[in-house]
Amino acid sequence: MATTYHPGSDLEVLTPYTPSPTPATATVHKSSLWSWITTTDHKKIGTLYLFTSLFFFIWGGVEAEIIRAQLGGPNRHLVSAEMYNQIFTMHGTTMVFLAIMPLSAAFFNYLIPLQIGARDVAFPRLNAFSYWVYLFGGLFISLPIFFKLAPNGGWFGYVPLTTRTYTPGLNVDFWVVGLQILGISSLAAAFNFITTIINLRAPGMTLMRMPIFTWMSFVVQFLIILAFPAITVALFFLMMDRFFGTAFYDMAKGADPLLWQHLFWVFGHPEVYILILPAFGLVSEVLPTFAKKPLFGYPVMVYSGILIGFLGFGVWAHHMFAVGMGPVADSVFSMTTMLIAIPTGVKIFNWIGTLAQGQIRYTTANLFAIGLVGLFTIGGISGVMHSSPPADLQQTDSYFIVAHFHYVLFGGSIMGIFAGIYYYFPKLFGRMMDEKLGKAHFWVNIIAMNLTFFPMHFSGMLGMPRRIYTYDAGQGWETFNAMSTGGAYLIVVATLIFLFNFFRSMRSGTPAGPNPWGAATLEWTLPSPVPEYNFATIPTVTSRYPLWEGKDVDIESARINQQGGKTAKQLGIVLPYNTIKPLLVALFLVLMFCGLLVGQRLLIGAAAAMAISLYAWLTSPLEPEHH
Amino acid sequence: MSATSHYTSTGLDNRKIAIWAFIGSECMLFASLISTYLVYKGRSITGPFPHEVWKDPSTGHVFKPILNIPVTSMSTFVLLMSSLAMVLALAAVQNKHVPKRTLGDKILGSSKLWLFMTALLGATFLGFQAFEFTSFVHEGLTIKTNLFGSSFFTLTGFHGAHVTAGVIWLLTLLMIDFKRGLTPDDALNVDIAALYWHFVDVVWIAIFTLVYLIR
Repeated sequence: MATTYHPGSDLEVLTPYTPSPTPATATVHKSSLWSWITTTDHKKIGTLYLFTSLFFFIWGGVEAEIIRAQLGGPNRHLVSAEMYNQIFTMHGTTMVFLAIMPLSAAFFNYLIPLQIGARDVAFPRLNAFSYWVYLFGGLFISLPIFFKLAPNGGWFGYVPLTTRTYTPGLNVDFWVVGLQILGISSLAAAFNFITTIINLRAPGMTLMRMPIFTWMSFVVQFLIILAFPAITVALFFLMMDRFFGTAFYDMAKGADPLLWQHLFWVFGHPEVYILILPAFGLVSEVLPTFAKKPLFGYPVMVYSGILIGFLGFGVWAHHMFAVGMGPVADSVFSMTTMLIAIPTGVKIFNWIGTLAQGQIRYTTANLFAIGLVGLFTIGGISGVMHSSPPADLQQTDSYFIVAHFHYVLFGGSIMGIFAGIYYYFPKLFGRMMDEKLGKAHFWVNIIAMNLTFFPMHFSGMLGMPRRIYTYDAGQGWETFNAMSTGGAYLIVVATLIFLFNFFRSMRSGTPAGPNPWGAATLEWTLPSPVPEYNFATIPTVTSRYPLWEGKDVDIESARINQQGGKTAKQLGIVLPYNTIKPLLVALFLVLMFCGLLVGQRLLIGAAAAMAISLYAWLTSPLEPEHH
Repeated sequence: MSATSHYTSTGLDNRKIAIWAFIGSECMLFASLISTYLVYKGRSITGPFPHEVWKDPSTGHVFKPILNIPVTSMSTFVLLMSSLAMVLALAAVQNKHVPKRTLGDKILGSSKLWLFMTALLGATFLGFQAFEFTSFVHEGLTIKTNLFGSSFFTLTGFHGAHVTAGVIWLLTLLMIDFKRGLTPDDALNVDIAALYWHFVDVVWIAIFTLVYLIR
């Protein structure tokens, strides 16, 4: 329970604050294209996730800018109404499934094995498979926009709008099939991480000594495996309706229009926590380091994370107050929604408690983390407002809702992920990001973000509905929309500063050394960038903050691990083979789904090819035999 | 496989943890499918219906209740017996090195026999399902007919697909057994297949009770 901190102990010996003068070993990033395609290394896969999801983040951002340009003033016709439908649908779909979830997955991949003292995830090839399914599935759902065939039924695809009767054409087919593909990627990754966290912890790494990011990731994986089946079934019904004429969402045959909404939100609300808990975990790593204090109330942070995950399955119908479920259902879901605010509030107070009386260093990572605490609170408060059905009836489907969920997703998830990127960049690339540019990014970003989304509260309260492609003058919405659009343009500036800083620092940042921030957890005992085998010797863990508790740290292991510079062969460490097979299985899987849209021949051919490559995967050994 | 020799926190093999997580996820999949069936129960506008007679008002044709409980009871019995065979198959693999003296020991200790029996009983269940589906179609119920048809065929079809995957899995194990002989070192591979197989059985008990027995 007691996590005492001993300033000035052996920590100084192990973790010099001054960056080491020798340039970082950048071998990880000089390797050939083929080694990236065939990799099974969780760090390389994490890096692939990071770059791919940043790419989709920018793609989704461009869509957002088009939306804001269109809405900047009344009666603008930059894009047609039909195109606007495709763009807002894809903005939501891209940001949720292709940007924020995989940005979190980048951190799961990179950090979980390092934080628990493992050499890799439990199933390295399955991990590669998850990434390739994500990449191909992401392209499958994103590319149709160039042919004006992008999904156009909104990110939550309500029926009967999305049935064949009301939305003919390929647009919604791409969405239905694309989300099925992405679900496979998330589920495969979740089974992998659950097994990794349960089974691959270093000796002494008990559950209650695990770093809080790993804890929050652990909760998220359970949310994924329990929530995704619901949307899989909902999408399967819609697919059957659209392709084979079944009756699930056919009102003429007596179907219930709420079946989709219930199934979707049984997935959709846990999904909200799937998006935010990893960011909470990252912030819970950043704040203690820069306050030089252990996380305030660690056990309570763990339990509140679990409670949020648990309650997350009991609040879904608060997305449906407007459909008329009746007073009993409305009251129950209203109460559970208010209840879930409690563990979330506990987290906010614990972060403040962590900062209180700390020796705070205002690095960029810390600024973003503190930014999350403030901005997420605003989004959280407007969220609690929606828990009251009468208030929600006024706000639902208005820009007030748009303001709310952008405060939790941009102000929460994205701010947390930026904190994580600035914090872990040195670990990934062996170099520091520029702090001046970082701070410029932070300040422009936070001003721009508030300028964009705060006025949406007002345009929403003035009655501006979501998803309209343009509006008439004289309804009092012009000023607020102009502000939002100006803010959105400023977000472009902030993001450009970030990208410039990111790519410049990758090549010419100051070399980082193993522990540039003086942090306390296991990943900081390793050289930056981390050698392919992670730990030369697996450490024995005796506390939550091994690098801060001089008396407890496994100094010998830490010293060996920190040296680096040796190959796995020299150390006698057996690593998995590189292999192309997971990529092939993923490719044929996605082609098989394409077959649903293109024709039976492709479907059957790809299914056969997938079966063959899967068989080749399962019958080939993971790694060389060792004795 | 070399994976088993690695150090793990729980002492269990990674694959064992993963299959339990997978089964947890599958529970939610079938829970969603079964809930949909139950929500749509009795809401079909036109027949045929599962338990009630329906007279088509336009043609005057009378449809009898569609579910054939005696036949499905038999297929349920077959599937439950396959779980018994699965248990014997796993025990046979685990006790491969125990000397077999009597004929009974030899029969009980034959992993090939019990793997084959499990797969055969599973395939028999699938045969029953194919018979059931075709006879329903002949009687006028397809997946497009009404809410009952859509939700019934999708739910039982999902289950049937799981049984099919299980039969392929078992036949693969049987093939390995014929090729090089399964030893106690392979027990985990059989154990994982068995966990999946028993899960698919348990799901069928829920489906049989909720869809067939309860009116």
